[in-house]
Amino acid sequence: MTTLTHLQRLESESIHIMREVVAEVERPVMLYSVGKDSAVMLHLAKKAFYPSTPPFPLLHVDTTWKFQDMYRLREKAAREAGMELLVYRNPEALARGINPFDHGSLHTDLWKTEGLKQALDEYGFDAAFGGARRDEEKSRAKERVFSFRSANHRWDPKNQRPELWKLYNARKAKGESIRVFPLSNWTELDIWQYIHLEQIEIVPLYLSAPRPTVIRDGLILMVDDHRFPLREGEEVRMRSIRFRTLGCYPLTGAVESEAATLTEVIQEMLLTTTSERQGRAIDHDQSASMEKKKQEGYF
Amino acid sequence: MANDIYKTDELIARDIDAYLEKHQHKTMLRFITCGSVDDGKSTLIGRLLYDSKMIFEDQLALLEADSKRVGTQGQEIDFALLVDGLAAEREQGITIDVAYRFFATDRRKFIVADTPGHEQYTRNMVTGASTADLAVILIDARKGVLTQTRRHSYLAHLVGIRNIVLAINKMDLVDYDQARYDSIIGDYRAFAEQIGIDGFQAIPISGLKGDNIASKSDATPWYQGPTLLDYLETVEIDQSRMIERPFRMAVQWVNRPNLDFRGFSGQIASGRIKPGDAVRILPGSTSSTVERVVTMDGDLSEAGAGQSVTLTLADEIDCSRGQVITPAGQPLEVADQFEATIVWMAQEPMIPGRAYIMKIGTTQATVTVTDEKYQVNVNTMAHEPGKILALNGIGVCNIATSKAIPFEPYAENPDLGGFILIDRLNNATVGAGMIHFALRRSHNLPWQTIDVDRNAHAAIKNQQPRLLWLTGLSGSGKTTIANLVEKKLHAMGRHTFLLDGTNVRQGLNKDLGFTDADRVENIRRIGEVAKLMTDAGLIVLTAFISPFRSERRMVRQLFPKGEFVEIFIDTPIEVAESRDQKGLYEQARRGDLKNFTGIDSAYEPPEAPEIRIDTTRLSAEEAAEAIIESLSMSF
Repeated sequence: MTTLTHLQRLESESIHIMREVVAEVERPVMLYSVGKDSAVMLHLAKKAFYPSTPPFPLLHVDTTWKFQDMYRLREKAAREAGMELLVYRNPEALARGINPFDHGSLHTDLWKTEGLKQALDEYGFDAAFGGARRDEEKSRAKERVFSFRSANHRWDPKNQRPELWKLYNARKAKGESIRVFPLSNWTELDIWQYIHLEQIEIVPLYLSAPRPTVIRDGLILMVDDHRFPLREGEEVRMRSIRFRTLGCYPLTGAVESEAATLTEVIQEMLLTTTSERQGRAIDHDQSASMEKKKQEGYF
Repeated sequence: MANDIYKTDELIARDIDAYLEKHQHKTMLRFITCGSVDDGKSTLIGRLLYDSKMIFEDQLALLEADSKRVGTQGQEIDFALLVDGLAAEREQGITIDVAYRFFATDRRKFIVADTPGHEQYTRNMVTGASTADLAVILIDARKGVLTQTRRHSYLAHLVGIRNIVLAINKMDLVDYDQARYDSIIGDYRAFAEQIGIDGFQAIPISGLKGDNIASKSDATPWYQGPTLLDYLETVEIDQSRMIERPFRMAVQWVNRPNLDFRGFSGQIASGRIKPGDAVRILPGSTSSTVERVVTMDGDLSEAGAGQSVTLTLADEIDCSRGQVITPAGQPLEVADQFEATIVWMAQEPMIPGRAYIMKIGTTQATVTVTDEKYQVNVNTMAHEPGKILALNGIGVCNIATSKAIPFEPYAENPDLGGFILIDRLNNATVGAGMIHFALRRSHNLPWQTIDVDRNAHAAIKNQQPRLLWLTGLSGSGKTTIANLVEKKLHAMGRHTFLLDGTNVRQGLNKDLGFTDADRVENIRRIGEVAKLMTDAGLIVLTAFISPFRSERRMVRQLFPKGEFVEIFIDTPIEVAESRDQKGLYEQARRGDLKNFTGIDSAYEPPEAPEIRIDTTRLSAEEAAEAIIESLSMSF
């Protein structure tokens, strides 16, 4: 027995956090977005409770605009974990046909922010695991592992609890809920190394392949289905692309790449020179936008 | 400059598999940086991120542009801008306490806890330091050892950080003067010894220029030690130390997928464990043997400190969350009274006697501070008297918990000696504590000498004196219940005293036997002693058979209305006799024991007791709860 490696320490810490939540709250749920961080989080949950099935369901707050590959893996991953998969779509957004092409930021507000609140309320979940990491963005560097939300899901940055040692205070009043981030101390490189080491299945879109694309507003967008309205002068072209993050396909920019295997992706990432979130349209507004969205209840 | 450092890592390009293999064996070091705004802390952290290639090109481009626009370094890169994004947030009124930043080198991954701000410094630094293996204490070479240097060092030491790096920064501004450097080290050493810091590593650096950060500086030829990164990459981490200690694992969760499997999940705090090891579960007296060390990657032949595992045991024994698994031969101490250092983190002060929730390991208990011994002035290290503990206050206190806690002194095992305090009303984390040692009950009995009136005695204890008079047959459970009630009252911060056969019959009443007359005199004396004690402001509990109504009435009349609480421990004689722990009924039946209540001497049950406890329905614990409950109305 030698000293634990950094990945072993991170793994052990995440497992500890998940077990604390399950032991101390009444109705936990794991938010599963099908991305690489979710994949790692789900894998860690399996490890934390083995040989039991993780004692909580998976919740996907769907927007109907995710990549088709994501929907496929979502079903498969839940089935293989033996966990219940809850898919929630905000009925209002569905009825109004909210989409990223016509509705701008309303798309995120209604489908994701509102959808998440509605789902948590409907099922009465009092703790939700999320895959956010502190290294993603400056404003997340100070985020707690246990983040408390009022009964109306507001995040009060002035009123968060200090976290000492590994003693998480999970006590809360009725109606309050906790967002728990077991991957807080992981970096993007840790996530990739762990996926590689543990051979965790990820959405194929992370690996490069020829895909139908258009270039719009400086982003390479993938034309994932027939709902993608082409603007005048745009033409769909096959490009060899991959994605560094995954969200709604019309909002997620790809990078041109030849990295078709996991190790090639890691290699490219290590040699690359731009930070991860560049591909996400949601962050482009202003640097404080994440902070604002978080206060409103976006994960 | 950028091109030099940001050259492609050749191994990544040539052989990614070899690179990944190498990086899978990295270890992790968590550290905290302590310094004031002007010590160059942000610049140093920015420099570490930069030198370890954690800055991407887009960020670097932004940084270069920002540096020219708003930086403080002319045309040069202002590294502080990399981490100072928090300034804007501060303006928005967002509390910044601890920000965590990440970087990695070929040998280690690092997590840096950065704690800006002055006002909340103690609270923030203790929080950040609680998970750190090492502290980097920054000193401005021009200013030398300041009050805040002492404060940072004291707090780091308080939280048990063993590795301290004294980064003497801004060496460029003192012309890399060795004499200056040596004199700062001399000053610091004198102070460090005084507060018990065994050793530290001093390094002359310039965060701005990069001297002795990632590479050895030509400007300090007189310095032979490691660079800051060298040192961070090679220093021994605490986990290596914890593995050499006895095995301890707090049970987090009982893993029961089906009737055939029952495992105990937790993260190993210290030591190693393997199948076949004999273990003991604390609190309690159950023992067993480890059968398997289960993980999803297969059973382990051995596991050690830091690993999250699931143990199965050879025997079907009771073991639940909050209990600690230890080696059979090296169990833990279990106690309910401790001396501890408490750091207060809430606006509303800590008040001795008020009940808080304590979380320690994986267990929770109600806790009260019974005595604040002194406060530590974090600037002067002086011990000062105090009655309460305000925000950012540090106090050495005696505390009492509502139940027995398996623990180790914090200095030996932070996982089993560190605790947080939680407000019972708003659930906020209001304090953090570190256990020094357990107090034995006898050390902590209240002792009153003040000679003023009974109201004054009671007022200073913030309580109503009471005499809780438990009466019932021998073997009814009086003493057991009285003990539990006292323990609970004590944990609530009440000043109590229990009079029972052991401490009265063997001393004060040693001249009395068991005749009716002696029984009456026995009760009279007990009543008088209890009266003195309630005059002293105490809540007195008595546990005597006290079989006769008239004597109980006599005692009642000694007290002001409402102060005497008669508690009838109602147990049928058959039940009491069947318990007969001391074999007294047997002796009495044989005739060896004369005048035994219930056999050849009468017991007159109370006609209108304040409280009646039916022990055929309630356990001792439930009975004690019920008594506390009926009393709480009048407290």
